[in-house]
Amino acid sequence: MASHWRHLVTPLIAGNPVTLQILGICSALAVTTSLQTALVMSAALTGVLVMSSAAISLIRHHIPNVIRLIVQIVIIASMVVVIDELLQAFAFAVSRQLSIFVGLIVTNCLVLGRAEAFAMRNPVWPSMLDGLGNGLGYSLVLVIVGSLRELFGQGTLLGVTVLKPVAEGGWFEPFGLMQLAPSGFFVIAALIWIIRAVRVEQVERAEHKVLRTRVPR
Amino acid sequence: MTDPLSAWRGFLDRPNDDRVKIFGVALLVALASSVLVSTSSVLLKPYQEAHLEAERAARMAAMIDTLPGLRDVMAELGVDRLETRLVDLGTGAYVTGIEPEGYDFAAAAADPDLSVAIPPDQDIARLGRRAHVAPVHILERDGALLLVVLPVAGRGYQSTIRAMLALNADLTTVAALAITEQAETPGLGERVEDPDWLALWPGKEVMDDSGRIMISVVRGPASGPHEVDAISGATVTSNGVGDMLRFWLGDWGYRSFLDRLRAGGL
Repeated sequence: MASHWRHLVTPLIAGNPVTLQILGICSALAVTTSLQTALVMSAALTGVLVMSSAAISLIRHHIPNVIRLIVQIVIIASMVVVIDELLQAFAFAVSRQLSIFVGLIVTNCLVLGRAEAFAMRNPVWPSMLDGLGNGLGYSLVLVIVGSLRELFGQGTLLGVTVLKPVAEGGWFEPFGLMQLAPSGFFVIAALIWIIRAVRVEQVERAEHKVLRTRVPR
Repeated sequence: MTDPLSAWRGFLDRPNDDRVKIFGVALLVALASSVLVSTSSVLLKPYQEAHLEAERAARMAAMIDTLPGLRDVMAELGVDRLETRLVDLGTGAYVTGIEPEGYDFAAAAADPDLSVAIPPDQDIARLGRRAHVAPVHILERDGALLLVVLPVAGRGYQSTIRAMLALNADLTTVAALAITEQAETPGLGERVEDPDWLALWPGKEVMDDSGRIMISVVRGPASGPHEVDAISGATVTSNGVGDMLRFWLGDWGYRSFLDRLRAGGL
């Protein structure tokens, strides 16, 4: 039983779905302009991932191979609709801000990736742990990116002023670029850089090598 | 015929590339998913409706806030919101005997007893049906009309847009336009809610001096008091808003009510 916990712990940093596998990037860019949306999106994705992993793992022996992707997508899509409905009922304001991005969890490669790579081949409990671990790994990245972008883009965290902007009589000049999509790339790239500087084994080997050639005279 | 349990076992024992199994699994997964989705949708509907209702009220309040000086007038009169009255759209007269609170204008349009089918050549807002009775919001001082707010609806690009049109006392000048409900394309038609676009509306005149409905949404630079710029990238949605206003100001909308107000019948 204890050995299952590695499914939960590994995806946090060592096998992080965003920084190592580069999955789920588009939502990581779109919803990280503030910490609050990043948190709600993280919770939504983690919920979908755990539930869909459990459901797919439960019926994995009876999913015909020819229709397995359709079956997985149908299961994931219905979980996403349920989560979306829950958000609209109990977190209305945030669900308005997230608009289509909750619905787009269906197309998040992270969810389908875990279903294909793990839940189709493993029992329910490890699959749920794997889903939770990957969801938390994704959440960790989103929370870091969301905090940095909100803090430097608006001078706030969760809407509370931390760095007082010049416009309100403080000293902080909000860094407008942080609120735009490209800065999401910059922050994620910086994260990947830091992680790979510490964990050198994550650095990908170059696919091609330039050979030394001799120019004929 | 075997009993259901062993039939189920037999089904599960079939190889996964068996046709019956493929169709059976597809059907069962679809069935289970649809039950899950529809159950959650039905159970959560009341909570979502409450949020939408609160949002509508907030937008109405926000619209009132955008009108200069209106809050002062209301404070002077000692009211915190506009008075709601029901109007018979056919005759333009007020309807008595029904409580305005709890009257659902949108739901009434779908009820065959409470609504009428709009002839296709008249149905420029593409609504299909229209309720007999509409709730209008009025602000008056000493018997003189100050502001009238009319609920309107029309088809946009992919959803029904609902809005509130506030007219000044002359019943021609737009005081404000507020969108209360829409589900247009995110990032494109969705900008129909954009405050910058809605700010183009106040001051526009919906009719000319002869009472002809003139208001329209145009591509390119708007000129004159009757034209509003379309939202770029959302022409269908913008035109939908223009058609919606022309429909509701016309014979099938509030024309008889507005005529009655103009004749002094508050």
